Amino acid sequence: MSGFISALPGAASQGLIWGIMAIGVYITFKILDLADLTVDGSFCTGGATFVVLFGMGVPVPVALLAAFGVGLLAGLATGLLHTFCGIPAILSGILTQLGLWSINLAIMGMKANVAINVIDQDNLNKLWVSLRFVQDVAGGRRPFTRHPIFIVGLFTVGVILLLYWFFGTELGCSLRATGANSHMARAQGINTSVTTVLGLMLSNGLVALSGALLAQFQSFADSSMGKGAIVIGLAAVIIGEALFSRIFRNFALKLLAVSLGAVIYYVVIQAVISLSNINANYLKLISALIVAVFLAVPYWKTKYFTKAKKEVRADA
Amino acid sequence: MLDINNIYKTFNPGTVNEKHALNGVNLHLDEGDFVTVIGSNGAGKSTALNAIAGVWPVDSGTIVIDGQDVTNLPEHKRAKYLGRVFQDPMTGTAATMQIQENLALAKRRGASRTLRRGITKKEQEEYRELLKTLDLGLEDRMTAKVGLLSGGQRQALTLLMATLQKPKLLLLDEHTAALDPKTAEKVLNTTDAIINEHHLTAFMVTHNMKDAIAHGNRLIMMNEGHIIFDVAGEEKKNLTMKDLLDKFAEISGSSIQSDKVLLA
Repeated sequence: MSGFISALPGAASQGLIWGIMAIGVYITFKILDLADLTVDGSFCTGGATFVVLFGMGVPVPVALLAAFGVGLLAGLATGLLHTFCGIPAILSGILTQLGLWSINLAIMGMKANVAINVIDQDNLNKLWVSLRFVQDVAGGRRPFTRHPIFIVGLFTVGVILLLYWFFGTELGCSLRATGANSHMARAQGINTSVTTVLGLMLSNGLVALSGALLAQFQSFADSSMGKGAIVIGLAAVIIGEALFSRIFRNFALKLLAVSLGAVIYYVVIQAVISLSNINANYLKLISALIVAVFLAVPYWKTKYFTKAKKEVRADA
Repeated sequence: MLDINNIYKTFNPGTVNEKHALNGVNLHLDEGDFVTVIGSNGAGKSTALNAIAGVWPVDSGTIVIDGQDVTNLPEHKRAKYLGRVFQDPMTGTAATMQIQENLALAKRRGASRTLRRGITKKEQEEYRELLKTLDLGLEDRMTAKVGLLSGGQRQALTLLMATLQKPKLLLLDEHTAALDPKTAEKVLNTTDAIINEHHLTAFMVTHNMKDAIAHGNRLIMMNEGHIIFDVAGEEKKNLTMKDLLDKFAEISGSSIQSDKVLLA
């Protein structure tokens, strides 16, 4: 139990970082109504780009921006495969994801992982977020404002405010219209190919930014760090919706719910690891099952619930 | 305002499902013309409308709207010239967006979408006044999601959206076919009112001969991808249901039966 409590701040920080990725997933899955599997690849691309650039002495904000940029490019690739080449969205994402596997390794100099040297205090102090800061803040060696929860929290609020503004603009509205009804969007003169590509780019930009923050937090990037990211993203979207949809109606609050969904997911996972003897390698199986059930519930509701109602009416 | 020159369209060419949907259609509409289009199932009415809208490219022929050759323009670029209302009330609006957001999207038809506000305070007032003219109480529900509206309300809203930016041509694709008779009549009256008020050029596909006779200043009948009958002015005014049925019998033989059923 005490292990769980002490691991909580770290888990919450990590959840917040994944929350930014989940917000990216929300853009494609909920707003554009597409399942984009690029995420599993672009998450690592962001992480790898950050670690390599940071290792070359590039300042943190620039490296983060570069990670966001490569995410945009990954989204562009999927978007063009989907719109320009006419490949179904899901397959386009898989193709990009596969290609990114090689690209990610190439970025890391053909190694499966690259680390940030955090033994070097100067190097460590340059970072914006790190798992080590969690203990440092707890031990009083760093101010609270350096706690990853605080820093990533600021990032999350910034991302949500920017997206809230963007989806209120003419361009943002045309993106929402594309996802809501592409027929109507075209009839209103919206180039739905352009808006779809734009949405995929924005989404993967955020995913890569999240990957960069995670690599920074754990002080390494790994070629498999994005494996299953889409499932975690979906889990966060679904948990956020299930728990907060009744109270959070505003768009910004809906995005906040996604971020909180990711935090809850990580805290629950941490609880499972700490409080049971389960082998951590089973976590992906558990995640997959949880998401499958949550995705199935609405379908079961319409299929079995409504049928029962009709029968009652027929009897009456 | 509209010139269709000898357009052809074949679906699924070279397969067992090959269908010659348009076989050399020619049509000229003057500014202010309101043409109603009838014909049995598969006659090419909706295909002709979709060809104008640019849903897919035609095989040959040209389409000119207000002097502008749009034959090779994709659907979203032609939208600048066209207002459209669809058969399915779900198609014309975005269900998960607010009433006022849908109107704001339509207001920007043909303009480039920038990073300016998607809807301004000033627009909201304008939309409130416009919605009042529909007399459906929608002006008090501007922030409601369109998905909450009935089919008739959605069609009325789509009409308003299609004409918010005055279109060169208004395309109506059996836009009352999915509504109950009373609502259909109301939406048709709104259609007439809007077309008259803005002096619009309109192309209305319908399955209902009575509506085709009662509305517009011109009527065309299509069969097997051709225009086979075209009346305007006085002749159109004096047209009766019997005339149309005779015409149908004359050219299409057996297909008359199915349309009689539709009239019942």
